[in-house]
Amino acid sequence: MASCSRAQVISLYRMLMKESKKFPSYNYRTYALRRVKDGFRENLHVDNPKTLDMLINQARENLAAIKRQVSIGHLYSAQKTIVEIEPHL
Amino acid sequence: MMNGTLSRKLLGSMCGISSRRLSFAQSAVNAVQKQKELIKSRELEKDELRPLYMDFQATTPMDPRVLDAMLPYQVNYYGNPHSRTHAYGWESETAMEKARKQVADLIGADPRETVFTSGATESQQYCVARFYKAKKTHIITTQTEHKCVLDSCRILEAEGFEVTYLPVKNNGLIDLKQLQETIRPDTSLVSIMTVNNEIGVKQPIKEIGHLCRSKNVFFHTDAAQAVGKIPINVNDWKVDLMSISGHKISGPKGVGALYVRRRPRVRIEPLQNGGGQERGLRSGTVPTPLVVGLGAACEIAQQELEYDHKCVTVLANRLVQKIVSEIPDVVKNGDPDQRYPGKIRLSNCLFFLKWESLLMALKDVALSSGSACTSASLEPSYVLRAIGADEDLAHSSIRFGIGRFTTEEDVDYTVEKCIQQVKRLREMSPLWEMVQEGIDLKSIKWTQH
Repeated sequence: MASCSRAQVISLYRMLMKESKKFPSYNYRTYALRRVKDGFRENLHVDNPKTLDMLINQARENLAAIKRQVSIGHLYSAQKTIVEIEPHL
Repeated sequence: MMNGTLSRKLLGSMCGISSRRLSFAQSAVNAVQKQKELIKSRELEKDELRPLYMDFQATTPMDPRVLDAMLPYQVNYYGNPHSRTHAYGWESETAMEKARKQVADLIGADPRETVFTSGATESQQYCVARFYKAKKTHIITTQTEHKCVLDSCRILEAEGFEVTYLPVKNNGLIDLKQLQETIRPDTSLVSIMTVNNEIGVKQPIKEIGHLCRSKNVFFHTDAAQAVGKIPINVNDWKVDLMSISGHKISGPKGVGALYVRRRPRVRIEPLQNGGGQERGLRSGTVPTPLVVGLGAACEIAQQELEYDHKCVTVLANRLVQKIVSEIPDVVKNGDPDQRYPGKIRLSNCLFFLKWESLLMALKDVALSSGSACTSASLEPSYVLRAIGADEDLAHSSIRFGIGRFTTEEDVDYTVEKCIQQVKRLREMSPLWEMVQEGIDLKSIKWTQH
């Protein structure tokens, strides 16, 4: 099936990472990046086409949600957190 | 050797302990008042950087997926879920029932057994303060319960109930044998929280549930800090009543749930009367956006339970090991095994260096020293007193909270600042000098000049 092709999955992963980097909130940004990476890594060896379909649909829904939440974050942005600016000693 | 008055002044200005020893009483009180003014609440400036959030027990940031689920019901689908005559009502009702199923699935219950409330405190009121008054009038709870349960018990005592406050062992766990002996033929309810919000210990709920069931006593547990963090099954645990809070599991504030067992039936009196919503137990329009948020938070928590637990354990161990390796004489309160790893309470045995001094020094990190409801008081936490911590340990203890959104950088930054500030404050403390010389502080006889 076209939706299960490796290229599609990789492009989905790239889009998710690209959108997650846009979160203005430190907490959400770091969590989204970490979770997406770990999530894709966990399901690296899934073979069953039904499961794959379900996971890909889930990823697509998450991508749409991330895009919406990023816009909301930008509308209601606040100051940056100390950890983002201060260099580590 | 330092002059007596000089050392008293130094101590008085730096530390603040409500010590009963006369020579310190007055200066201690003055110092404490000065410090009370110093931790003044103020708003952050526009370009001031936000402190790091390490207080996940007090509340949690809302997950973006939860907000995403809630927003449609704030904007377009605004119908009252109890309106039966039009599409607005029907779509709200479907959402509400879906949320109910999501909450019930997380705790292994039936959707008909969950009642939406305004939070865990309201749920406790149903379970404790308004418990069905039958012939049995004895209630058992612990000394480390949340303020709302203790307060409700106090009110019940005034109404004629008899309440036993079980003591806890030094590790924070209750003694099952003692509980068994305390249960009497006229005991109607046992209320014990699953995971303590201050020291993070996990009580043996399964054993307690089985014990209560065998003795025909109702069992209520406050699972606000445990839901979504450890696997819960109300049928395995034989729990009859359970309180759930929304904002502790990355959900919205102002909503919670109450689990009321149907078989065997548990009778509770309604707090709010009116239109008969929520099976007559809690009348009033159910706030659809909030319960949708609670449902989404529960579903996410169920999916992410293992992943979150793994991350939090790694970070918690990192924090504790780093601090303990750099600062000597740090004590971790509570049982080392039977606990939820994300709630750490460290008594930085700073010898009369009060927690306020450390929290003021750590102004870039949002920490606390006790539960949010007791943070206004300067007295040390009653939970620490109950586990038998010494006066000086109780006064110099702070609480670290780690959650889903904490990163390694957060932990490293906190640890670094903490170590820096503790070392600096200890350098300034004459008592620390005395300890280093080997003097046992408890043996000092303070005299009045």
